[in-house]
Amino acid sequence: MEEKMITLTIDGKSVTVPEGSTVLKACKAAGINVPTLCYLEKINEIGACRMCLVEIEGVRGLNTACTFPAGDGMVVRTNTPKLREARKMNLELILSNHKRECTSCIRSGKCELQALAEELGVTDVRFEGVREEKEIDELSPSIVRDNNKCILCKRCVAVCKKRQGISAISAVNRGFGSEIRAPFGESLRDLDCINCGQCIEACPVGALYEKSNIKDVWKAIDDPETITVVEVAPAVRAGIGEEFGYPIGTNVTGKMVTALRNLGFDYVFDTNSAADVTIMEEANELIERVSNGGKLPLITSCCPAWIKECEQEFPDYLDNLSSCKSPQAMFGALFKNYIAPEKLKIDAKKVVLVSIMPCTAKKFESSREELGENGLKDVDISITSRELARMIKEAGIEFTKLEDSGYDSPIGEATGAAAIFGTTGGVTEAAVRTAVAVLSNNTIDQVDFQVLRGEKGVKEYEVKTDAVKLKGVVVSGMLHAKHLLERIRKGDVKYDFIEIMACRGGCVCGGGQPIVSSKVQSEINVFEKRSSVLYDIDKNSELRRSHENPFVKDLYDNYYEKPLSHKAHEQLHTTYVNRDRYPKDGLR
Amino acid sequence: MLKCSGKCEVLAEDAKQKIREIIESFKDVKDPLIEILHKVQDYYGFLPYNVQAFIADEMNIPLSDIYGVVTFYARFTTEPVGKNRISVCLGTACYVKSSQALYDALKQKLKLTDDCMVTPDKKFSLDSARCVGACGLAPVIMINNDVYGKVTPAMLDDILAKYE
Repeated sequence: MEEKMITLTIDGKSVTVPEGSTVLKACKAAGINVPTLCYLEKINEIGACRMCLVEIEGVRGLNTACTFPAGDGMVVRTNTPKLREARKMNLELILSNHKRECTSCIRSGKCELQALAEELGVTDVRFEGVREEKEIDELSPSIVRDNNKCILCKRCVAVCKKRQGISAISAVNRGFGSEIRAPFGESLRDLDCINCGQCIEACPVGALYEKSNIKDVWKAIDDPETITVVEVAPAVRAGIGEEFGYPIGTNVTGKMVTALRNLGFDYVFDTNSAADVTIMEEANELIERVSNGGKLPLITSCCPAWIKECEQEFPDYLDNLSSCKSPQAMFGALFKNYIAPEKLKIDAKKVVLVSIMPCTAKKFESSREELGENGLKDVDISITSRELARMIKEAGIEFTKLEDSGYDSPIGEATGAAAIFGTTGGVTEAAVRTAVAVLSNNTIDQVDFQVLRGEKGVKEYEVKTDAVKLKGVVVSGMLHAKHLLERIRKGDVKYDFIEIMACRGGCVCGGGQPIVSSKVQSEINVFEKRSSVLYDIDKNSELRRSHENPFVKDLYDNYYEKPLSHKAHEQLHTTYVNRDRYPKDGLR
Repeated sequence: MLKCSGKCEVLAEDAKQKIREIIESFKDVKDPLIEILHKVQDYYGFLPYNVQAFIADEMNIPLSDIYGVVTFYARFTTEPVGKNRISVCLGTACYVKSSQALYDALKQKLKLTDDCMVTPDKKFSLDSARCVGACGLAPVIMINNDVYGKVTPAMLDDILAKYE
């Protein structure tokens, strides 16, 4: 079908765009910058903040470019005295009841509101709005909501509903009483929030941020009696450089490892090593289920946000979940049970294990009672990429000047297969690599499976080799996963293996990663840049299949015997709970 | 925080059945949520957590969508109401004639708190109104559809007795 094109004039410049485009889209196409604040392409185009005002010839008043459809022959102006004054005043009104404590705000320097005030030349706020102190919701282990900073742009609401399909929050009350929050004044902790943190990534200001555990980490590091061990997830190294001025998509693994050591951690390890173990367990679980008529499809269990969603909305699929702990927890379990006592000869009870995750839901996961044995938690403290960056800054470490260094022995470097865990399709690709190699007795050499890569939210594939026949699907973005599971429930589609990551694009775009402004997001494909870091690490790795990792071999030869052994089950696998999305016996 | 909005009440089977029927009766209507909420409130009296959560499950829509609508429109209430709804006018005319004292006296007499404005036996609930259009009679209270004018705190016992 051919798209009908229309031509309009913006600030004297002629531009041609497909019919159905908004005026804002046309401005972008013409290379004209119109300020926006509440706008998030495709998911929040509601004209709420009134920053993108434009004048349109023949149309009364000022109109919001993000909602106004472009028309053929339309004459638009984006830069007039009237517009500048109106935008400025609207911004002042937003600022009039905003809790302006910029210097101590967690978003300072990355705040879109702050940036806009500078851009529009707002140096004075003429109005003093009603400012009622609002209760901060900080009960969730993952997300803090401070409505004193909220500007009601609804970007978080849109992301939670339209991208994640959860709708844990909405606009409640009206007028000055309007707030974005969970129903019935409940905390995010208590209803259906999956802790993914995508709302944080969407928030233009400091109204949403992760529940910080930085103090707990410092306390452990500063205590001479405590042995501090840190594990870092794959996606962190692909994002954290942004916090120190590196372009999006810079691999800073070496500097990050040095920084962790300089912070005072006694041991610095790679979560990827545990990811290699996850593959051993999960691939064998899949093989066992396929050959013994077990429950299929097998669904991945790495993503804690997805796990919570499965527990609350798809409890009929709990048996389909892989019983494997996530790499985060698996690392904790194998470290405290094996590495600490057997290899390092240290007392696991003296260890505080910290994980650096691109994720806020990992905080929730680490607090799960199921994850730990003998009174020891698998992971003691989980912090996000952003929190790590804050700690590095706080410690006065000049990140860009650091030398590279490698992970500590006896675990060392992981395989390329584990590195790509941090992006959508990576877990599947890693599993397929091992399955194909093992089942073909290493006669098939394929390591790259392009069909599993890329940003698409739903990627179907079939692996057909002499050794392995597998029909599966890779899903990222919780809404995609929900739709898919509903189709599976109805029997419309059938798969053997499903990978689900709650965040679109996988962990590289997780809710704990550095914030990227909406403007930069509209210009740069953040997913592509960050995931290319991981694919490069993979490509340049000597070992690209999990079962080839010498650490993994040692682990099974000397401790777990074989994948899915009794000991492996006890330590590396877990159980799930059936929870109500909305508690049936009422709220507390 | 709302503490008395039926958060802990368990929805009885017959109420569930009735709400199901109401939802069913709108199956051919586009965007029926507001109308459904009206009907359910007419039937149940108010829209507490369990009612909203039940509607969310039945209609397969998020609770937050329902709660957003319920709190947007003043007509909906998440608070339980008594068999007899007492409304004290706090509009300008009544207020200058000390209607606040009536409100406070009623609150005290009926042992109500800000968290729970309905008596334990559900006989009375108290709220305020902004002008009922009878300023000449200020201060005014209404109980259900009955209007009482030029009320003093001393008269309240006799008035309430009519509804015992």
